[in-house]
Amino acid sequence: MSDATAETPRKSSLYRTSDRVKRRNRSEVRFRVLGLTAIGIGVAALALLVISIIGNGYNAFRQTYISIPVELTADRLDPDGNRDADEMSRVTTFGYAPLLAQSLYTYLQDQDISMEGVSPQALMAMISQEAPAQLRRSVLDNPEMVGQTVDLEMLANGRIDGYFKGRVTMASAELDSNVTPAQLQLAQRMADAGIMATRFNWAFITNPDASGQRPEAAGLGVAILGSFYMMLVVLALALPIGVAASIYLEEFAPQNRFTDAIEVNISNLAAVPSIVFGILGLAIFINFAGLPQSAPVVGGLVLTLMTLPTIIIATRASLRAVPPSIRDAALGLGASKMQSVFHHVLPLAMPGILTGTIIGLAQALGETAPLLLIGMVAFVREFPAAPPEGLFDPTSALPVQVYNWTQRADPAFVERASGATIVLLLFLVFMNAMAVILRRRFERRW
Amino acid sequence: MNDMRVLERAVDNQDLKIAARDVDVYYGTTHAIKSVNVEILDKTVTAFIGPSGCGKSTFLRCLNRMNDTIDICRVTGDILLDNEDIYDAKVDPVQLRAKVGMVFQKPNPFPKSIYDNVAYGPRIHGLSRNKAELDEIVEKSLRRAALWDEAKDRLDQPGTGLSGGQQQRLCIARAVATGPEVLLMDEPCSALDPIATAQVEELIDELRERFSVVIVTHSMQQAARVSQKTAFFHLGELVEYGDTSQIFTNPQDSRTESYITGRIG
Ligand SMILES: Nc1ncnc2c1ncn2[C@@H]1O[C@H](COP(=O)(O)OP(=O)(O)OP(=O)(O)O)[C@@H](O)[C@H]1O
Ligand SMILES: [Mg+2]
Repeated sequence: MSDATAETPRKSSLYRTSDRVKRRNRSEVRFRVLGLTAIGIGVAALALLVISIIGNGYNAFRQTYISIPVELTADRLDPDGNRDADEMSRVTTFGYAPLLAQSLYTYLQDQDISMEGVSPQALMAMISQEAPAQLRRSVLDNPEMVGQTVDLEMLANGRIDGYFKGRVTMASAELDSNVTPAQLQLAQRMADAGIMATRFNWAFITNPDASGQRPEAAGLGVAILGSFYMMLVVLALALPIGVAASIYLEEFAPQNRFTDAIEVNISNLAAVPSIVFGILGLAIFINFAGLPQSAPVVGGLVLTLMTLPTIIIATRASLRAVPPSIRDAALGLGASKMQSVFHHVLPLAMPGILTGTIIGLAQALGETAPLLLIGMVAFVREFPAAPPEGLFDPTSALPVQVYNWTQRADPAFVERASGATIVLLLFLVFMNAMAVILRRRFERRW
Repeated sequence: MNDMRVLERAVDNQDLKIAARDVDVYYGTTHAIKSVNVEILDKTVTAFIGPSGCGKSTFLRCLNRMNDTIDICRVTGDILLDNEDIYDAKVDPVQLRAKVGMVFQKPNPFPKSIYDNVAYGPRIHGLSRNKAELDEIVEKSLRRAALWDEAKDRLDQPGTGLSGGQQQRLCIARAVATGPEVLLMDEPCSALDPIATAQVEELIDELRERFSVVIVTHSMQQAARVSQKTAFFHLGELVEYGDTSQIFTNPQDSRTESYITGRIG
């Protein structure tokens, strides 16, 4: 024993907190407060974002409809009288529109609803331009309808719809050349009479996009399908390629300059701005390989390139997290390298790989910039065919649709864009929940 | 050191199993094993003793080419198993390791059920034709590793849920199940209590009837109890190799003597 330790220990009561300990406790409290504040700010920002998006967007899921009986007069819709769809298709939507306006006019008269200050043209303008087109489609599908009186539910014009959602007011209508206060008053009377009502709008999910004059008819159908097809392509390509590349790099590749260079490049790729991938996709897949523009297959390929680094980095990290003793154990039993990787290492790394993949997919789902460059921004009303042919049909994509709608003049599209954002967020939440569930499922095994 | 009684078991077999000739091992520039020559006999327990860091594990790992997995590790010299050079270009280390099994210093069960842990080796080597045979192998191996009584009711539970000592015995059962010709054990008892240690030592003695066993140990008593041959390593050199009784009673080298009497290491 040296002299230094032979010193008699200072006596102190355990009940009295020493200054040093007090200082330590104080700094701990400070740190906790700091942490809580940080989390509080984060949660508040998130809540604000969610509230503002939902507040703006939930109206996109509701739509105003006018429900009236309409007589489908045969002499207008089927002048030849033979109910042949081909011949009937010569009657354009311009033939249907007056029919609707006329029916509405007569119905309002029958119901004793005053149309004060609203000319027949203005009355017709209260019906969406999409309504005659929809009616025409269903008549051509069922020619027997002609000659009957059917109860129709037709879209109201976007401005009228906006009135019931609070977007359009009497005051704003004064200044708006597209709508008059008289029309709004009439709409109110129609709503009171039960002719006009706002209800949940599935068409927002199922309809294709609509032109700038018809925000009330615009839907996300094509965009959702396009995004879904792209995710299929990304999943089918990025997961196997990414996992195979990671396994090779992590488990088989020798450590040398070449693999080091590859590693650095993969990390760099993850940081490349996504628009660069769009330029690459344009140059390679469209200009060089001659794939069609606006097609999900091209979007999927570009997003695959973008997602690969994410998946590779996540997969390598989770492979590296598997203790080397497991590999030794397998090799020591005479398992081949492949067997040790596929029987033992990969199952253990699976939760991490899946999480990385889903995060990569979620990133790809929300990616806009590269898709703009490969023409996914086109106005597409045709639904794509089922895969695999559908992968080559032009489609839109969810985030691009959001971008697209925010560019349009009619404020109704802003509401639609927020609604699309909600759908996009729901998809992301769903995917992240899947990631958590899958991880739990795989981890529960040990 | 009162239980340092050296079992006077004659080495009843003189068949050569493994012969190492001028083996050098380098980790990068570190010279970990220096020109080691050793002959390991069949159906014999050989103990490697020596101070920490002297290269016992390193040399053991050369015997089934587990060092191949370490990038910076370089082995020179010849190691012959049944007169075949295991470092020959024609040799597939996978095939070698099926013959030369290994139990590691730290227990490393697979995160699978106890049953699957033991059954893994037989499965990949196709040692059983059906489930019944596999069950039999698993039971026999667990019995030999003195784990059967504790594990028989929980075969479907994860091997990682066992205690440290039980895990080590599971690893032994797993290695035995593959039916190796040589079993390399790197401090298999360092995590075991005296009872389990005694059971493992019994197992080692039993294994001797069929295999050649090489065991690294820090316990001189253990080396004395279980082995017939002992090799003493010091700073990467094989200082002395001979019958266990001779090493412990009549060491030829002063370093050996210092070590076994507790003066170095
Ligand atoms: N993977 C490795 N990389 C570099 N050097 C290593 C590696 N493994 C072992 N060494 C070095 O080789 C030498 C021998 O190590 P080894 O593990 O064989 O010792 P040991 O005799 O088994 O010791 P212990 O009794 O503590 O297990 C040590 O100096 C060690 O630092
Ligand atoms: Mg060791």
